[in-house]
Amino acid sequence: MSTYKVPTMAEMASNGQTPEVLFWVGCAGSFDERYKAVTQAFVKILNKVGVSFAVLGPEETCTGDPARRAGNEFLFQMQAVANIQVMNGYEVKKVVTACPHCFNTIKNEYPALGGNYEVIHHSQFLQQLINEGKVRLQGGGEFKGKKITFHDSCYLGRANDVYEAPREVIKALDVELVEMKRCKTKGLCCGAGGAQMFKEPEAGKKDINIERTEEALATGAQAIAVGCPFCLTMMTDGVKNKEREAEVKVYDLAEMIAKDMGI
Amino acid sequence: MSILPQLAFLLILGAAGYILSKRIQFLRRNILLGKAETRNDQSENRWKTMLLVAFGQQKMFSRMIPAFLHLLIYVGFLVINLEVLEFVLDGILGTHRLFAPILGGAYTAAINMFEFLAVAVLVSCVAFLIRRNVMKVERFTKPELKGWPALDANLILVIEIILMFAILTMNATDQILAARGDEHYLALGTLFFSSFLQPLFEGFSYGALVAIERFAWWFHIVGILAFAIYVTYSKHLHIFLAFPNTWYSNLKPKGEMQNMPEVTNEVNMMLGIPVENPAEPPAEIGRFGAKDINDLSWINVLNAYSCTECGRCTSECPANLTGKKLSPRKIMMDVRDRAEEVGKSIDTGGPGLADGKSLLGDYITKEEINACTSCNACVEACPVNIDPLSIILQLRRYVAMEESGTPAQWNAMFQNMETSFSPWKFSPSDRFNWAEKVKEEEMK
Repeated sequence: MSTYKVPTMAEMASNGQTPEVLFWVGCAGSFDERYKAVTQAFVKILNKVGVSFAVLGPEETCTGDPARRAGNEFLFQMQAVANIQVMNGYEVKKVVTACPHCFNTIKNEYPALGGNYEVIHHSQFLQQLINEGKVRLQGGGEFKGKKITFHDSCYLGRANDVYEAPREVIKALDVELVEMKRCKTKGLCCGAGGAQMFKEPEAGKKDINIERTEEALATGAQAIAVGCPFCLTMMTDGVKNKEREAEVKVYDLAEMIAKDMGI
Repeated sequence: MSILPQLAFLLILGAAGYILSKRIQFLRRNILLGKAETRNDQSENRWKTMLLVAFGQQKMFSRMIPAFLHLLIYVGFLVINLEVLEFVLDGILGTHRLFAPILGGAYTAAINMFEFLAVAVLVSCVAFLIRRNVMKVERFTKPELKGWPALDANLILVIEIILMFAILTMNATDQILAARGDEHYLALGTLFFSSFLQPLFEGFSYGALVAIERFAWWFHIVGILAFAIYVTYSKHLHIFLAFPNTWYSNLKPKGEMQNMPEVTNEVNMMLGIPVENPAEPPAEIGRFGAKDINDLSWINVLNAYSCTECGRCTSECPANLTGKKLSPRKIMMDVRDRAEEVGKSIDTGGPGLADGKSLLGDYITKEEINACTSCNACVEACPVNIDPLSIILQLRRYVAMEESGTPAQWNAMFQNMETSFSPWKFSPSDRFNWAEKVKEEEMK
């Protein structure tokens, strides 16, 4: 038996190797205590399936997304141009990431700055692996037959029109997928986009994540599935606020797949 | 017959045409107060978008009831305007129902269809008045609609109801006169809807009927011309601008923010990257981001003039839903109001843009733009593809780069990113620590 491998681009390059795909971890994936489990789950899946991948490791920096959305174009471009230099240096062709904000920025905004890659979100990547039969689900896992609702993240859904891939991944788990009243193109934001994650909300009647959590709980789902680190935080906080954390869990798609695979 | 009515008609038509052309010039100039931007690519896609979204009303149908009522008014507007052609020709030539003898039975069928649509428009307008004033549908009761916008909406509906009544009254009296054997009035056979109005006028004298018929005719055509001018002052401008507005839609992924190439050169120089094609220095040094309407693109201003204040954007905005001050509809109304203010000032020899006011500050506050989650719900909701988010993000750029006025927590986030390359304050050397645990785990 061997252990899981997490090769870096630098290690691979020094061995004269190039991976098929760069796994862009993102800041939440690297530092957020809760969300690190998602990164680890995804890496385990990649190992298990035998995908040729690598990460940038310490060479990765923020894509610059929150700086750009908060108006600081200089800072965004400083981050972006530096990242593009690193990725182009390794001749990266394909990028997969679990963060819809990183996904959107690298896919749509790096080309204007000289970074052209095929970028896919981990929900799309997982869907491909399932469709190709590379991820074999046991189907009898802890999610079987359970009611699960999927919260669309804005930067995956409306921003990039990815609605079906995460749903296909969830359905593959042999669960009952229940939709919230506002879903897909009408999905309600968790409240964290546009750099809101990094400041207190403006004065109002309610926090957005509470509004969204109430809607998710109203479906009667036993778990809320998300595909975004910010949504994971916001929905988890929302469920805690409603004191329902004992019965209703919030999971990222990769965690659900990894659990079902028994890894 | 005297030639006087023809002269009067021509005079009114000419005057309306003149005023309208002046108004169009005013609007065009105001829209072009915005910065130049070329968005002519993918013309096939653009025509398709316009056909589906504006002509085909595709996005209206995410809400079925208002979509259906609106469709009736829209089809009524398109089709009844065919009859206006006859009105205009009759007015110029001094004829009465010019096309009736030419088209015969088809003419009666057409008039019946116009009458049906007139009734449908009438009913829809009444329903819309009820939705606004009795049911008080939430999106029509938001603070930005207080005053003129609410009055404007009601005026449009009332004017349309009166115009439709004029058509029906004209047809009813016209056919009573025809039935009485007046040569000037042609019996058209049954006109289904207006026949219900006939009992109201049966006992009237010949003179009174002619007076009512003529009054209704004049009222309808002059009303339509006056309404066309009114529209240029009103939110109702969407009936025309929805078409160019959807043609100039943003066809890129909604999540993509427009790049600022003027920043890229500087960034490249700071990072020691050779600048391959140093862009020509811009003729006038613009601002970073937008403070006023002239910093926005002309397409942003066109968006504002195309907005009919339906509020679907605001009703889907997560910030607005949870009681924050941000309302995407208000952003669009503010842009239009500011463009109007600057335009009027220029036309009266005033200071125009240099009036000491600006879009950001005097119309839109930082509190509003800071509340945006950039979720694109407003963009998705707009039935005519208006993009309030683009304006909000340009205003944020101004605040961050020209004023350094972003909220303190964002400034802290900027600092973290500058020093630790992450929005959170973690040491960059810890970035890869997450892998240690998994690398020790036995692969199952």
